[in-house]
Amino acid sequence: MELLSGAEMLIRSLKDEGIEYIYGYPGGAALHIYDALFRQDEVKHILVRHEQAAVHMADGYARATGKPGTVLVTSGPGATNTITGIATAFMDSIPMVVLCGQVASTLIGEDAFQETDMLGVSRPVVKHNLSVRHPEEIPEVIRKAYYIAATGRPGPVVVDIPKDMTAPNERFEYSYPKKVKLRSYNPAVRGHAGQIKKAVDMLMAAKRPVIYAGGGVILGKASSQLTELTRALGFPITNTLMGIGCYPATDKQHIGWLGMHGTYEANMAMHHSDLILCVGARFDDRVTNATEKFCPGARIIHIDIDPASISKTIDADVPIVGPVDAVLKEMISLVKESKEKPDADALASWWKQIEEWRAFHGMRYETSPDVIKPQEVVEMLWKLTNGDAFVTSDVGQHQMFAAQYYKFDKPNRWINSGGLGTMGFGLPAAMGIKLTHPDHEVLCFTGEGSIQMNIQELSTCKQYDLPVKIINLNNQALGMVKQWQDMNYESRHAESYMESLPDFIKLAEAYGHVGVRIDRKEDLEPKLKEVLAMKDKLVFVDIYVDRFEHVYPMQVARGSMKDMWLSKTERV
Amino acid sequence: MRRIISVLLENEPGALSRVVGLFSQRNYNIETLTVAPTEDETLSRLTVTTTGSDKVIEQITKQLNKLIEVVKLVDLTEGAHIERELMLVKLKATGSQRAEIKRTVDIFRGQIVDVTSSVYTVQLAGNSEKLDGFIQAVGTSGILEVVRTGVSGIARGEKVLSL
Repeated sequence: MELLSGAEMLIRSLKDEGIEYIYGYPGGAALHIYDALFRQDEVKHILVRHEQAAVHMADGYARATGKPGTVLVTSGPGATNTITGIATAFMDSIPMVVLCGQVASTLIGEDAFQETDMLGVSRPVVKHNLSVRHPEEIPEVIRKAYYIAATGRPGPVVVDIPKDMTAPNERFEYSYPKKVKLRSYNPAVRGHAGQIKKAVDMLMAAKRPVIYAGGGVILGKASSQLTELTRALGFPITNTLMGIGCYPATDKQHIGWLGMHGTYEANMAMHHSDLILCVGARFDDRVTNATEKFCPGARIIHIDIDPASISKTIDADVPIVGPVDAVLKEMISLVKESKEKPDADALASWWKQIEEWRAFHGMRYETSPDVIKPQEVVEMLWKLTNGDAFVTSDVGQHQMFAAQYYKFDKPNRWINSGGLGTMGFGLPAAMGIKLTHPDHEVLCFTGEGSIQMNIQELSTCKQYDLPVKIINLNNQALGMVKQWQDMNYESRHAESYMESLPDFIKLAEAYGHVGVRIDRKEDLEPKLKEVLAMKDKLVFVDIYVDRFEHVYPMQVARGSMKDMWLSKTERV
Repeated sequence: MRRIISVLLENEPGALSRVVGLFSQRNYNIETLTVAPTEDETLSRLTVTTTGSDKVIEQITKQLNKLIEVVKLVDLTEGAHIERELMLVKLKATGSQRAEIKRTVDIFRGQIVDVTSSVYTVQLAGNSEKLDGFIQAVGTSGILEVVRTGVSGIARGEKVLSL
């Protein structure tokens, strides 16, 4: 058997796990590992400019491919800089392994240089964390880390590796375990048959049903099953911000996404429904609005891989714990076999009502003859990219506009920090996607606030030639903060303006990229076409948009799902 | 409502802090907590008493079950069970107090386990209410020090919590 050092075993384990790219930043406690990395060429390392960006890159990769991302950093500040990224992945259940150097085991607890208790610091924001206590455990620890990260409800796993575990002078027999044994971790592999039967009976009897799908459908790779079931039933379907793309947005059964900035028709349909089939969503506060006023006439079927997501905020009448793809498959066959059919008359009048809601408002905004509206930038890019780009976003108004006006027909294309709401996510996430999808268009919608939270990564883009397109919807303010101040604080704009914005064009050029400024409405389409034609260049597109635009619809705080502002003056 | 949740936990470093962290992260109460290894050295048994609505208790058990190191758990208060807590109390005991304390200890079926000319140390086991009752009976003015283990519990009858 081969003899390898701890560091060599670590890198070999990554290779045997099928890991192609790791994103990271070296430092003292990780140097043995970086040396082992240097002496091989199968696992490739991408050097970021800040550890937070490494985690978002791994995250973007994971969301686009469905495979776990991998991060490597040193101890202390290297490790603590990953925390925001880890928390982002945790909130959205993204599979990821973060390998952190640690001071030598003999120094732990002595406040050594660059020592931080990373197991303690990361504990609340990881699915699990592990430490290496003996070098020979490394292959097993790595196998366990990926197994836990990628199965059940996915999530980030941190592995803490003291420097002496990777010492080059000690060698061990290497073999990579095929299987992991964890007696206390057995995610459900199928749903309860009796519950599924009960759910299907309820679906057949429903008069005003809605399917409410979430990010779990995308994580569980169940879009095709969801689409098949939805079409078989003929029900309206809405999805969460995280579920965008799980069902084709341009399909007539799709009524838009729901919640705080969801469509009028989706929120109205939810509120007036008599049955909600929730698939891989978690009744988040940005969806339900006030829980005590939530959908008063609806019975609820809730499918989720995580039992703790069921009846956490909204009680389920029929809980089904299991992987969404397996549960939906069983539902489809029951629906097809069933002698009962959905109530056609009831459904027809339900659809008539929904179409009236759709006609009353739908997704719309006022255009202006001279000012560029952020929504029209998104719509135009949707058309120019044939709706087929990978789209990442940062957090704020631009995120909502992108989600509202780019119509996603495929899963894994809309990549955003929905749960944690992390500004600075968009660019590194786009980089992680572009690296593994070089032939695809990758757009990053951002704002002049968010982009500055990880702008140093323009340098990484140059080093690895990552020609993403940065669409900066520049309204010269922290738009969402300002919107809330307009609505709730009598327009007192406390700290929501940025003075001294950089010249983004020169900044892009300084990093070796192309910068394009668009500030006249008539330039929008031709210049965007020019930008998209520059296939092999990173282009920073700084677009001056309407500074006073708000995101609508917007649910009224502490109201029910149907209480919404439709514009600055219309409230329903 | 008060609940006693008994947990079999992997006997590994960090496992306990995950359980305790979960309670504080999610704003759940811990009233008492006991933990010790079992006859199987790979497992610890942890007992936590907590209060909350049925919905909160359901979340607590689900969230505990999600922790990778939690092997199995049971809410003992869902069925017939025995609960015990051990208490050591140091009491001022001089003059006529000595006989009075001895009588009270006997009534509560406790034992005086250490004696000096002015102090009795009393050992008492039972459910938490009994221990509270003893403290009330002797009165807080005479108490020098109290130490309680927190609740341990086990189901009655054939039912066992094991792998």
